[in-house]
Amino acid sequence: MGNVLISRRFDFSSSHRYYRNEWSEEENTRAFGLCALPNGHGHNYTLEVAIVGVPDPDTGMVINLVDLEGAVDSVLVGFDHKHLNLDTPYFTDRIPTTENLATVLWELIHESLHGTRLNRLRLYETDDLYVEYFGEQA
Amino acid sequence: MSAPIVHLSRHYTFSASHLLYTDHLSFEENEAIFGKCANPNGHGHNYGLTITVKGEIDDATGFVIPLDTLDDAVRRHVLDAYDHRFLNVDVEDYVDLVPTGENIAMEVWRRLEKPLAGRLNKVILDETRNNRFEYTGA
Repeated sequence: MGNVLISRRFDFSSSHRYYRNEWSEEENTRAFGLCALPNGHGHNYTLEVAIVGVPDPDTGMVINLVDLEGAVDSVLVGFDHKHLNLDTPYFTDRIPTTENLATVLWELIHESLHGTRLNRLRLYETDDLYVEYFGEQA
Repeated sequence: MSAPIVHLSRHYTFSASHLLYTDHLSFEENEAIFGKCANPNGHGHNYGLTITVKGEIDDATGFVIPLDTLDDAVRRHVLDAYDHRFLNVDVEDYVDLVPTGENIAMEVWRRLEKPLAGRLNKVILDETRNNRFEYTGA
């Protein structure tokens, strides 16, 4: 009763490459196509972070947007203008697909918000492709 | 821990004409219900179609679905049949069904349900930028 969803948008730009070392060149190309090209490529990502809650009776806020921004920015600084495979520690054993990136960002933002429950992350890789993650309960 | 479940959404477009008219009603009744949309020669829209699939992230590829698999299914089962067609005349789905946004969303679902083998989660049809129809199969 009285729950409101608040969503804030963030932008970051990163490069990545889809490639499994234990697979042959042909297998990688078959699975990943252009995304397997050796030197990688990049995207302008857009991340929408949604939180649900009952507005605080004193402030009228579900969460102070300054706090939300600070928490998310402190995570995204590790991804913005970085090569996801080479400059972050999260993709040594998994491919930096939009799917996997969404789940990594969920864990980090959840921690950064000190347990404030996230409702949804929506991560756009391009204007016409996005992934949504609702946490493990989905 | 089991693999995370994510939703992936991909946006497509097609352009088609239609008219809203049913033979079960008189011309006057059709005009009364459907207004200018009952104009006998039809009219057209640039439709936006967003297809959402839901599933576990594949451990090896990091994909919930390979994008070319999704693209191929939507192209072969929907876009090839709908794009640049007069829906009432050229598409069998609407021989006895008024091609409203509601019905198109449900017909797209019907066309994709099998090819996407249990992973189809939502169909969003934008008829114009003001009119949106969503169907989740129930």
